[in-house]
Amino acid sequence: MNSIGSEIWLAMLTCFAAVFTQNILLTTFLGMCPFTSVSREVKTAAGLGGAVIFVMTCTAVLNWLAYKLLVYLELEFFRFILFIIIIAAFVQFVEMVIDHYSPKLYQNLGIFLPLITVNCAILGACLFMVIRQYTFIVTIGYGFGSGVGWFLAIIAMAGIRTRLNESRVPEGLRGPGITLIIAGMMALAFIGFTGVLG
Amino acid sequence: MSPAKPTKQIVLDGLWRDNPIFRQILGICSTLAVTNVVLNTAVMCISLTLVTALSCLTVSLLRNWTPRNIRMMVQTLIIAFYVIIVDLILKAYWPEMSTQLGPFVGLIITNCIVMGRCEAYAGSNPPISSFVDGFFNGLGYSFVLLAISVVRELLGMGTILGFAIPYFSSPYWDKWIIMVMPPGAFFVLASIIWLFRSIKPKEVKK
Repeated sequence: MNSIGSEIWLAMLTCFAAVFTQNILLTTFLGMCPFTSVSREVKTAAGLGGAVIFVMTCTAVLNWLAYKLLVYLELEFFRFILFIIIIAAFVQFVEMVIDHYSPKLYQNLGIFLPLITVNCAILGACLFMVIRQYTFIVTIGYGFGSGVGWFLAIIAMAGIRTRLNESRVPEGLRGPGITLIIAGMMALAFIGFTGVLG
Repeated sequence: MSPAKPTKQIVLDGLWRDNPIFRQILGICSTLAVTNVVLNTAVMCISLTLVTALSCLTVSLLRNWTPRNIRMMVQTLIIAFYVIIVDLILKAYWPEMSTQLGPFVGLIITNCIVMGRCEAYAGSNPPISSFVDGFFNGLGYSFVLLAISVVRELLGMGTILGFAIPYFSSPYWDKWIIMVMPPGAFFVLASIIWLFRSIKPKEVKK
């Protein structure tokens, strides 16, 4: 009982770290491509962010199980292909389920799902989970936390960018340049949380 | 789909005119995180260039036998195949580098440049020109990232490739710790994009 309690505590700590101090987008730059291209409006950013939270949590758990199987079969080098296939298959599956049961949600979320398959952040989270040797419960916390971190970052960026339309940005910096500078400042702010929870 | 181009034009496009980083901020995901040290960046860039060139070659060779509706899956598998080879070679001959790069070698699979070149060029062009296209796009990408890593390592640690640089490694130079931390990468990349877009602002506009 005690060990499960401490596991859950560890999972919560990992979750917190993944949201703030080790934010997957702002410290390891994963998922930059959709981040720079889809962060123009808060609403679309929220849609994509929500989809990322869901897919990341589920695929991290699925891939954890899959990796255990690979270790058992001594086929660890095969993990890249397996992870990619699981992510792609899961996204496809979710797309079909949503399409079947809730066409309205599909209209809002549908266009984002294929984007997620190539989102480096998802694969990155799965690979980090393997390298850091997380246990099952910690993996759930980590997957969820990484998703939330990504969500927060893209929402904040979209909010800032809508304001940016009114400001005068130097010619060469417009578009991606200024986005990166803002992301840098956000990264600074997020790193400021270091040490909050030990 | 773009038609086949003369080799000289492919080289110029990949390195400069259509440089994947300046034109569309693509593919920085997997490599930006290791740009705080020049050596790691160089290894990553070499791996990425090789993977891009070889995947383009393979995709192009198979282009007439790949059904259109599953081509993405086929391309991903081809890319993953080369990435696994690179990963295994690194693990076998340079284990320290392999642990330092961590998950980032594997992340070449989802790097948008590799997929982008396979999809945009190699899928509809002959093998040799696809190989050249992939190779020079990889090089164009590498030289920007190497520039970033040189700036970051020099300002942040006062060294380049681990060698101390006069003045920057002396006590007179207050090391910019921020440069080796993640935000530094954002700032340096933004400045470099700013610089290059100012040099050729007309061509960037689409």
